Amino acid sequence: MSYCPNTPDDIREMLAAIGVAGVEDLFSPVPEELRAKSFNLPEGMSEFELFQRMRLLAEKNTQNLAGFIGGGYYDHCIPAVVDHLSGRAEFYTAYTPYQPECSQGTLQALFEYQTAICRLTGMEVSNASLYDGGTALAEAAMMALRVTGRNRLVIDGGVNPFYREIVRTYLANLEVEIVEVSPQQGITSRPALTAALSDQTAAVILQNPNFFGSLDDIGDLAEEAQAKGALLIASVYPISLGMVKSPGEMGADIVVGDGQSLGNPLSFGGPSFGFIATTKKYIRNLPGRIVGETVDRNGKRGFVLTLQAREQHIKRHKATSNICSNQSLCALRGLIFLASMGKEGFAELAKLNYDKAEYAKEVLGAIRGVSVLNVATTFNEFTLALPKDAAGVVEGLLREGIAAGVPAGLYYPEMDHCLVVTVTEKRTRQEIGALAKQLEGALWS
Amino acid sequence: MDTYFTKEHEWVKIKEGIASVGITEYAAHQLGDITFVELPQEGKVVKQFEALAGIESVKAASDIYTPVSGQVVKVNTALEDRPEIVNEAAEDAGWIAWVKVADESELKNLMNREQYEAYVKGLE
Amino acid sequence: MELIYEKSVKGRRGVRLPKADVPRAAALPENLQRREAAGLPEVSELDVVRHFTNLSRRNFSVDTNFYPLGSCTMKYNAKVLENAANLFGQYHPMTALLPGGETSCQGSLAMLHELGELLAEITGMDEVTTQPLAGAHGEMTGIMLIAAYHRAKGNRKKYVVVPDSSHGTNPASAAMVGYEIITIPTAPYGDMDLDAFKTAMNGEVAAVMMTCPNTLGLFNPHIKEICDIAHEHDALMYYDGANLNAILGKVRPGDVGFDVIHVNLHKTFGTPHGGGGPGSGPVGVKKALIPFLPMPRIIKAADGGIALETDNPRSIGRTATFYGNFGVMVRAYAYMIMLGKEGLIEVSEQAVLNANYIMSRLKSHYDLPFEQTCMHECVFSASRQLKHGVHAIDIAKYLIDRGYHPPTVYFPLIVKEAIMIEPTETESKQTMDAFIAVMKEAAEMAEKDPEALLRAPVTMPVTRLDETKAAREQNVCHAGW
Repeated sequence: MSYCPNTPDDIREMLAAIGVAGVEDLFSPVPEELRAKSFNLPEGMSEFELFQRMRLLAEKNTQNLAGFIGGGYYDHCIPAVVDHLSGRAEFYTAYTPYQPECSQGTLQALFEYQTAICRLTGMEVSNASLYDGGTALAEAAMMALRVTGRNRLVIDGGVNPFYREIVRTYLANLEVEIVEVSPQQGITSRPALTAALSDQTAAVILQNPNFFGSLDDIGDLAEEAQAKGALLIASVYPISLGMVKSPGEMGADIVVGDGQSLGNPLSFGGPSFGFIATTKKYIRNLPGRIVGETVDRNGKRGFVLTLQAREQHIKRHKATSNICSNQSLCALRGLIFLASMGKEGFAELAKLNYDKAEYAKEVLGAIRGVSVLNVATTFNEFTLALPKDAAGVVEGLLREGIAAGVPAGLYYPEMDHCLVVTVTEKRTRQEIGALAKQLEGALWS
Repeated sequence: MDTYFTKEHEWVKIKEGIASVGITEYAAHQLGDITFVELPQEGKVVKQFEALAGIESVKAASDIYTPVSGQVVKVNTALEDRPEIVNEAAEDAGWIAWVKVADESELKNLMNREQYEAYVKGLE
Repeated sequence: MELIYEKSVKGRRGVRLPKADVPRAAALPENLQRREAAGLPEVSELDVVRHFTNLSRRNFSVDTNFYPLGSCTMKYNAKVLENAANLFGQYHPMTALLPGGETSCQGSLAMLHELGELLAEITGMDEVTTQPLAGAHGEMTGIMLIAAYHRAKGNRKKYVVVPDSSHGTNPASAAMVGYEIITIPTAPYGDMDLDAFKTAMNGEVAAVMMTCPNTLGLFNPHIKEICDIAHEHDALMYYDGANLNAILGKVRPGDVGFDVIHVNLHKTFGTPHGGGGPGSGPVGVKKALIPFLPMPRIIKAADGGIALETDNPRSIGRTATFYGNFGVMVRAYAYMIMLGKEGLIEVSEQAVLNANYIMSRLKSHYDLPFEQTCMHECVFSASRQLKHGVHAIDIAKYLIDRGYHPPTVYFPLIVKEAIMIEPTETESKQTMDAFIAVMKEAAEMAEKDPEALLRAPVTMPVTRLDETKAAREQNVCHAGW
């Protein structure tokens, strides 16, 4: 099966028009000695056989264990309209809207998406999406290096460990010094951060809520960074913005995050999208595509890709980033999700996450020998200190069919007794109760 | 006051040791509607033919190279809000920067108007 | 059409959320509270449905229009791939990283591993990482691997060489990894100028990035020699897989001498382009680069199961949060095994046949700057039409009025008034004949009635848009909140 529609007659006529005897002649520019030495692939099949094959493979997945794990990806409700509308073939099978007149659907949607991101984050401008939260953070770091012309970054240890690793990987070949600041009691240490800041710091990178779930009013840190001429980069969890003061209000210069929780399925880690927003004065330093409003020849409103002279297809090695394809469809899903939730619904969603997590925190924290690590307020994720090694507990509970959380020790060796637990709106009181019972059993039986 | 030109389509006019630098009308026309001029920092020291500033239109981005070595003493901040001035008057109000000339003998590396016009004609 | 925000009515609600089955918690501390709810639209579910359904109708797409956008491989996206992808459920990516968690998602891990093996065989490489999230991301990952290789060998390298016909992502990716760029001009025959290349090569070159066939749709017959010269300088050869569709089953970059390759699954392996993404850009490498692959690396364990390797100190680290765009890869995997060996060979043969057919039928009406057998795409120039004041863009806009998505225009940059046509293998002769007729009609109109082309498009929701105004005003977020 190859979806090639030409019939033998078609092919004959086409070859005649070209003036060659056979299709193989068209490969004559490829020297014989360069031909494939092997192409050892299985025989093809019909779509019906394919479906069976794929089902057998999928069945090797035994348990769906979203449960109480987060760590950057969250199990949230997705309204049915998100799948149906984003699956419209006109969105789904189009490409980057290079020709605006026949791409107004995608362009207007992306403009509306940018608007939603600005309003959530309290920033002035957003691009049309990046790959994911981690790469968005790396792009933000590189943007800060460009804006300030400095070469030092201060990154808080409470930033998702994967994100920190991505930032390090992206910058490994550039002459950039990265200073990591250890959090204290699950939150950014003010003295340590002050000590790390210098007049060579391009940016201070924070996450809110951080990997341990702690919420922080980072306004003081933004002021402190800016006083030294550095930018404040905040990586945020978009659902929290339904109730938490926006990073814009807290004074952030660049805001990034992962849009998975906005209407994108877990899908074993992708695709989701990364968002990035900043203030108007830095718009030319943004990576990736940006949609702008304009008018047509009759003065009618329309949308186009704008400020393209920043991008790789024009500026090549001097571009603000190498990104070309982004995660447009996932950003569209994010927009449809936000429109469906609406102003009140989105605030309610945040509150629901918070309430359930607070309840779980109380129930789990009441287990003998268990305490809550966070001294700060948390949103829908929190860290428990267990009387036992958390990895062993998690492994045991997985066998019982429950994903109790992420053992912090996987990424913070000194925290081997700590467990990061996530509670979204999808978890019921009953499930929380069951987790408490099983966790208690794992610890004390 | 004579005007000199580079192969990269910059012009320069020198008065009392200060060079006024911009892009030629030909270059402005080639770029189309200018949307942004990236001005240099005042005080920046530049060498002849090094990048001085940047200029963008909807579909193109180019560097502007300095025709003479020296120090940037003034930039045309009017272009920040109205980059279209470069389209309207490239060789006058659309100047980019003033450079305090380090070495006037560098002018011998440039073209005069007649030579530049012939050069442009050869490109078409 | 109104923005969704302009349809907002205070107090209107869409979706209903799950019950609050727990006590209400105390409010957040004052300093953490959001003072005003974010200005999201207040609309009903039907408002949302109508809005986005009507928006979608303002798009051209592969499912509605012939979309010969050169360099983008806009082939048909088989519907069964969607059904196949849905079988894989909603697995949390962290599960695999939990202690003992790999066993619960062996299906997903096995798919990724098998996809890597298939891609390795198709490209002639030794191992593949699925982590990169798009083609350009793959390029950057690949160049990072090359940098790690040189660092491990103690090589001091400074430059990456690219031809001037390359995709802009090539120099941009290399620059992001800290390399300076050496650009090699194109020779009159359409390939990278071999003499200029030889002159430019030196011991400080880390890599040479090539697209083959290149963006002119031409296969470089000297590619082996280029690989050999690079290797003599201990520079590695990077293959930009954007045009892999042309050579499936015919040439394997690994056999030719390439050391690193990225594959654009959304192009060659038929996954939907989504209005600009998500893509997927797995990277294949030769043996010498395996130690540096990003983590977690998906490996076959001693017991035959699939495991994640997370502790390799020589690895470049991590270039994306998890294992790549899984949802895209599952579709690409299904595509590969459905087409199989013969089907994939047919893909390249029919893609090349279709492109040559269009080239031969249109060369009477448009200038062909590099006239030779092309691969999967052909590049014309509208320079003949320019004499009548008609640019490539005007022809593109006319095509829109006639129901065709325009080819890529003004790329590659080295061709004046470029029109780059890539029909792909999934289009029929009849579709192409109709397109060819309209292209000829446009060429004839350029002579007889150029004004009509300059007015186009007139059948779309908007006429030509003022891009200068957009760039100067930078209105990228709707005001009025």
